[in-house]
Amino acid sequence: MNNKIKRYIPQILTLLFVIGVIGFFTLNAQVNMDNRGIDFGFGFLKQESSFDVQFSLIEYSGSHSYARAYLVGLLNTLLVSFISIIFCTILGVIIGVSRLSSNFLIRNSAAWYVEFFRNIPLLLQIFFWYYAALRALPLPEKAAPWFGVTYMTIKGYYIPSFIWNNLDIFLYSILAVIICILFISTYAKKLRETSGKQIPLFFISIGLLIVLPALSFLIGGVSLDFEIPVLKKLSQTSYTYEGGIGLPPELIALVLALSLYTSTFVAECVRAGIQGVSKGQKEAAASVGLTPNQILKLVIMPQALRIIIPPTTNQYLNLTKNSSLAAAIAYPDLVLVFAGTALMQTGKAIEIVSITMLTYLSISLAIAALMNWYNKKIEIKEK
Amino acid sequence: MINTLTDKKTSNYYYYLLAGLFLFSISILDVVLYSFFKINLTNFLPDILSLFLPLIIGFVGLHLIRIEYSGIKSIDLINKNINTNNFNAFLTLLIIFAIVKATPPSLSWMIFDANISGDSKEACTGTGACWTYVKVWFRRFMYGMYPNDLHWRINTAFILVIGLGFFGFFLKDNLKKYLALYYVIIYPIIAFLVIYYLISGGSFGLVWVETGAWGGLSLTFIVSFFCLIFCFPLGMILALGRRSNLPMIRYISVGYIEFWRGVPLITVLFMSSVMFPMFLPEDFFMDKLVRVIIAITLFEGAYCAEAIRGGLQSLPRGQYDAAKSLGMGYWKMHIFVILPQALKLVIPGICNTFLALVKDTPLIFVVGLAEIAGMLALAKTNPKWLGFAMEGYIFAAIIFWIICYAMSKYSYNLENKYKTER
Repeated sequence: MNNKIKRYIPQILTLLFVIGVIGFFTLNAQVNMDNRGIDFGFGFLKQESSFDVQFSLIEYSGSHSYARAYLVGLLNTLLVSFISIIFCTILGVIIGVSRLSSNFLIRNSAAWYVEFFRNIPLLLQIFFWYYAALRALPLPEKAAPWFGVTYMTIKGYYIPSFIWNNLDIFLYSILAVIICILFISTYAKKLRETSGKQIPLFFISIGLLIVLPALSFLIGGVSLDFEIPVLKKLSQTSYTYEGGIGLPPELIALVLALSLYTSTFVAECVRAGIQGVSKGQKEAAASVGLTPNQILKLVIMPQALRIIIPPTTNQYLNLTKNSSLAAAIAYPDLVLVFAGTALMQTGKAIEIVSITMLTYLSISLAIAALMNWYNKKIEIKEK
Repeated sequence: MINTLTDKKTSNYYYYLLAGLFLFSISILDVVLYSFFKINLTNFLPDILSLFLPLIIGFVGLHLIRIEYSGIKSIDLINKNINTNNFNAFLTLLIIFAIVKATPPSLSWMIFDANISGDSKEACTGTGACWTYVKVWFRRFMYGMYPNDLHWRINTAFILVIGLGFFGFFLKDNLKKYLALYYVIIYPIIAFLVIYYLISGGSFGLVWVETGAWGGLSLTFIVSFFCLIFCFPLGMILALGRRSNLPMIRYISVGYIEFWRGVPLITVLFMSSVMFPMFLPEDFFMDKLVRVIIAITLFEGAYCAEAIRGGLQSLPRGQYDAAKSLGMGYWKMHIFVILPQALKLVIPGICNTFLALVKDTPLIFVVGLAEIAGMLALAKTNPKWLGFAMEGYIFAAIIFWIICYAMSKYSYNLENKYKTER
C-alpha cells in the first residue's frame, strides 16, 4: 500500500502540473483573444488568400484558398529538401569515402572540406550564396549558355523543359521493367541457392532498362520534345527568358547551402560506417576466395549500410527541418508562405503556428517510425 | 617502345626515376608559372593541348617514378602517400593543380588587391576585397546598436563571466566537492546578475540600455550562454524523467523531447514572437529577447536531455545496484552516485549541443533581433555601403569558423580524454 502511494503521488503531481500549465495558457489565450476580438477556428483555411507566390509547383494565384497556399508551401519545402538530399548524399558519399583514401592529398582535402563547411552556421552559408555569390552572375542578356541550352543568370537558372507525348505508356514501360527485374532477381536467387549457377543479373537489368523504354519510343508512340528557353525583351533594359523551366536563385542558393552543409555530416556517417566494419571481415571474405568486388558488395556494404543508414536518415530529417531557413531569403516554403504571409494577413497566430509545427512534427515522426521499423528489421539477430 | 618504357624490372630504374621526376616537376612548374605569373611555357601548342599537357606530363612522370622501393626517402614517401596507382596519381595531380590555380586569385582578392585604409566607400579602389567596410562597421558587427561609449560594459561583463567560469579551477581541494553545486546553481545566477546589471544597466549609476539596442556577435554569445545554462537543468530533469520507471512521467518526458526535436528552430522562434504573447496574462509584458531565450531554452533542453540520457545509459548497471544495496533512495542515488559519473561522460555531448546552439543562434535574426547576421543585413543595405555583401559574410564566416572549430576540437579532445580514463 505504502509503495503504491509512493509510485502514484509523483505521477499525479506531474500530471497536475502539466495540466495546470496548459490550462493556464489556454485561459490566458482565451482572455487575450476575447479582448482583441479574434475567434479561434480553422475556417480561414477556406477563405480566399489574395496573395501571390512567386514560385509554385501547382497552379496557384491569389484567388485560391489558404489551404491551397499551405499546400504550395509544403510542396516547395519538400522540393528543396528532395533536391538537396540527392546532392548531399552524392557529395557525402564521395567525401566520406575520400576521407578513408590512402592518398594523403585526397584524405586531407576531404577532411578540410568537412571541417570548413561544418563549422560555419547554415544561415550564413545561405546568405553568402544568395546575397554574395549568386549576385555576381551575369544579367539575362549577357549570360553565356551552359551546355548550349541552359542559362545561368542573376534571375535564376533556365533549363529546357520536357514535353512528353503519351507519357503514360512510357511510365508503364518503366513499371514493366521494375516488375521484370524483381521477377528475374528472385529467379536468380533461387537458381543460385539450388544449383549454384550465377546469371549476370546486373547486365540483364541494365539491358531491360534500356530496351523496354526504347521500345516504348519506337512502337508505343512516345515522343519527347524540348522547350528551350529563349531570351525575350521585356522593356528597354530588362530581359528575361521565356519557355523552359526557370529555377529561382533562392532555390539554387538554398540547395547549394543545404547540400554542402549536410554533406559534411553525411560524409562523417559514411566514414564511421565503413570504419565500423572490422578488418577481419574483409580478410575472412578474401580468404574464402571472394573477389574484391564481391567483398565490397556482399560483405562490407551490407554491414556498413546497417551503421550508415540510421544516422544518415537523421541528417536528412535535419536537412528537411533546416530547409525552413528558406524564409530568411524569401524562398516561398512552408514557413514563409504560411507562417509568414498567411499569418500576417489573417492574424491567426495560434492556429497557423500550430499547423506549421505539426506539419514538421509529423514528417519527423513518420520518418522516425519508418527508421525504427527498419532498424528492427536489419538488426543482427544474436542469441 | 611503350613496353620498354613501362617495364621497370630492369636494374637501371634510376633513369626512370630521373625522367619521371623531371616530367612531374615540369608539369607542376608549368601550372605554377601560368597561374602566378601568366607565363605560358607551352603557348606554341594548340589551346586544347596546352590545357591538358601538364596533366598528361605529370601523369606520365608519376607513372615512371612509381616503384616499390627505391631507397630514396622522398620518392618512397611520394609513392606511398600520393602515388599508389594510376587513379590516385590522376586525382593527386587534379588536386595539386586545383590548389595552385585557386591560390593566386583568392590571395590577390583577399590581400594584395584589397583595401583597408580610409573610412568611406571611396577608399576602396582596388579590384580586391574592401576590408574598409568591415573595419568601419566592426563595432556594429560586434556590439550592434549598443552606444559606442558604453562598449566597455559588454567587454567587462564578458571578462567577468569568463573569469568566474575559470574560478572553479582555483578552488582548494577541500572545497572541490561543491564544484558541481557552483557550476549548476551559483554560477548561472552570478552570471545572470553580472550581465543584467552591467549590460542592461539602470542602477549603480549606469545608464539603462534597452535590449533592442543589443546586437552583433555579443548578442550571439549572450543568447547562447543563457540558453546553455538554463537548458542544462531542464535537460537533466527530462533525461531523468525519460529513464524513470513511473509511466506517466516517462510519457510526458518522451512527448516533450520528441515534440521539440521534431520541429525546426525557426518555427519555435515564430512561436515565441507571435504565439507566446497570447499565452501570457493580459497586462504582463515580456521582452522579446527574454521570450527568444525562453523559446531556445525549451527547444535546446530536449537536445540536452538526449545528450544526458546517453551518459546515463552508458553507466554500468552495477552502479545502480550498488547504490540501491546501500539503501539509497532515488534522489540520493542519483545525486551522489549516478549524476556525478554520468555528467562527466556527458561533457562532450553537451559541448556538441552547445556548438549546435551557437550555430543556430544567428537565426534569431528572423524575429528581428539584430545579432551578427542581422547587422550584416543592415550594413549591406546601407546606401553608403552598397555592394560589399561578400566581405561582410566572409568576415562573419571566418569568426564563426574559428569559434566553432575551436569548440569542436575541444570537445573531440575531451571525448578522447574520458575514453581513456574509463
